[in-house]
Amino acid sequence: MANSNSAQNTPASPELPVVNPTRRKAVKAGFATLGLAAFAAAISPLRSAAKQTSAQAFFQNHYRELSAEDKRKVIARLEAETKEKYGAEVHIADDRPIPGTKFVYAINLSVCNGNGNCVKACHEENNHDRATHQSYIRVLEMDKGSMELGNGDSEYQGVVPKDGKFYLPVQCQQCDEPPCVDVCPVKATWKEEDGIVVIDYNWCIGCRYCEAACPYHARRFNWKQPEIPAEEVNPDQSYLSNRIRPAGVVEKCTYCLHRTRRGKLPACLEACPTGARVFGNILDPESNIRWILENKRVYVLKEELGTKPAFFYYFD
Amino acid sequence: MSAAPLSDSDKHSTALLSYPGFVKRSLVVMTEGSYAFLTWMTVLTAIALVGLNAWANQVATGMAVTGMSDQVSWGLYIANFTFCVGLAAGGVMMVIPAYLYKDKEMHQVVIIGETVAIAAIVMCLMFVMADLGRPDRFWHLMPGLGKFNWPISMLTWDVLVLNGYLLLNLHVVGYLLYTRYLGKTPNPLWYIPFVFISIFWAISIHTVTAFLYCGLGGRPFWNTALLAPRFLASAFVSGPAFIIIVMRVLRLIYHYDAPAGPARTLIQIMRVAMVANLVMSVSELFTVFYTGGTHGATGQYMYFGLHGHDGLVIWTWSSLLLNLTGTVLLFLPAALQRGTVRIVACLLCIAGIWIEKGMGLIIPGFIPSTLHQLVEYSPSTTEWKISLGVLAFGLMVLTLLLKVIAKVFLGKMTVADQS
Repeated sequence: MANSNSAQNTPASPELPVVNPTRRKAVKAGFATLGLAAFAAAISPLRSAAKQTSAQAFFQNHYRELSAEDKRKVIARLEAETKEKYGAEVHIADDRPIPGTKFVYAINLSVCNGNGNCVKACHEENNHDRATHQSYIRVLEMDKGSMELGNGDSEYQGVVPKDGKFYLPVQCQQCDEPPCVDVCPVKATWKEEDGIVVIDYNWCIGCRYCEAACPYHARRFNWKQPEIPAEEVNPDQSYLSNRIRPAGVVEKCTYCLHRTRRGKLPACLEACPTGARVFGNILDPESNIRWILENKRVYVLKEELGTKPAFFYYFD
Repeated sequence: MSAAPLSDSDKHSTALLSYPGFVKRSLVVMTEGSYAFLTWMTVLTAIALVGLNAWANQVATGMAVTGMSDQVSWGLYIANFTFCVGLAAGGVMMVIPAYLYKDKEMHQVVIIGETVAIAAIVMCLMFVMADLGRPDRFWHLMPGLGKFNWPISMLTWDVLVLNGYLLLNLHVVGYLLYTRYLGKTPNPLWYIPFVFISIFWAISIHTVTAFLYCGLGGRPFWNTALLAPRFLASAFVSGPAFIIIVMRVLRLIYHYDAPAGPARTLIQIMRVAMVANLVMSVSELFTVFYTGGTHGATGQYMYFGLHGHDGLVIWTWSSLLLNLTGTVLLFLPAALQRGTVRIVACLLCIAGIWIEKGMGLIIPGFIPSTLHQLVEYSPSTTEWKISLGVLAFGLMVLTLLLKVIAKVFLGKMTVADQS
């Protein structure tokens, strides 16, 4: 049965039942060469992709394993890449948690009117892809008299606030028991001492298990390389926060740690014209956030799931 | 080969020295054959290369070329992955009768089930690779090299059990094949313990894969204790069904006159497993529709459509129809005999369960989203190309392994006739 493949190549000697083994080898080698050439052609798009990645980027270690010197090199490389790809001069810092700080957010739903300025501010502050209008915040237009998310509408249009509606902004709840962190197979995401759940965008493998696990739809995936005009890039960046993310990794709200760890307020709060948003350090007894948690009847989203959000809602 | 009694050291040296020859002759067997074989392999190679090219494009341009979104963040790849885990686990339904119940006839063909498991696991691993946004960072997932979030992440468990199952089956198949090639009787110590481990391991691969999904509290559709049992029940239908088809093909091509018993046993297993699967489906449907509320939104969307969105309705009813028709055919007396009824029943069950695992399980887990957005999903051309490419590659692996196995087990390739 072994001779049939080269039978077509032996018209000159049809009387010979046994095929010349040399010829058989030649035919096989021909097919092998053809196969290899087709293989090389098939994977050719990878070559251009490989050019984009340097050896340092490929072998870069996990953020938490990097020494100060390693971090300096990594950040210098990322800044140079941003300059090359986006034409923007940026500064990437490595903001670490402030000892004795645990950040907590609260929103007064009686005041929020669904104007969406927070969504836009997040989009700009965090260097999101322009075309997709990506943002870490989604605002649901809810029916008064119902807390059922199933009745909410995140694509509402027109003049707000509408009669009979209230507005529920949802972003990362920085859970104390974050399911997204548990499921990550490579520890690319973790909770920092100040309560912020972060991602090492250079370690994430893009399996999107965290996106499936999050009950608040707080995580986003970079389906392609984000596109931002050079003049619109926010140059004030941090490694774990708003630096422009690579394609193929998950990203998330970090309570603007590049601002909040430097004593500023999150961009979404600063942009809010209604004063519905309150942010602060829960460990500080004098903070506004502490007063609200102690004096208002606050609640959290999907409390029954046991995720223990660090994000509270209340009505006046 | 057993003409002259050999000393122990001689036996070992023969076993080792003959191995390069075995590999070489296997390669020859794999690259030569009838025109039908060569055409089949050429077609599979072509499809696999088209898939590879689509994957290379996906890696170069980003996952935006898929139909997935932030709402439906897993699609055809993970659906096929889940189905292939079932195929791999299904092979155990030959191993249990063969080794636990000492079914002599099953013992003769059990290697087919183990080989199907190898090909299925290879496909599983390729589907996971296809789904990764950063396949270049794959090494982060390797224990020791990267950062392995074990035992907390169910995905790390899945990496371990799938690769472990692959190794177990490679060992058992490789050992049995090679000893048969040498003309020796396999030493039970070298494979029986692994066979028994593989029985539990087969159950574990599909259980752990179910735990991937059912452990997520934010996804009510998946968050049911019935998920793992349902996975197992459906795997014990789709796996044996696929094996029966493979045996039929082998019989047609190699005129391998396998005993009729094993396939009959498999059909009987499928009958029980399919009924168990359907009972559990009905039980889930009851809770979804009788309880109602937003927890039933997914069921509503799947079966009847919700707020004008009905992308899955056709899939859902097709799956139900295929599974029910397949079950009826399975219970016909004709299914116990060789013939068309049996093969049609197997094909219908495979198709029904494939839909059930994908469009009936992975996709609806995301619809509506956790914030109750209704975003629909349909696979893009790239996803179909890559999926078909993986399937073609899996079939190539299966074909080549079975070709060598058939040669060796039919006595057409032994160390004795090595020139």
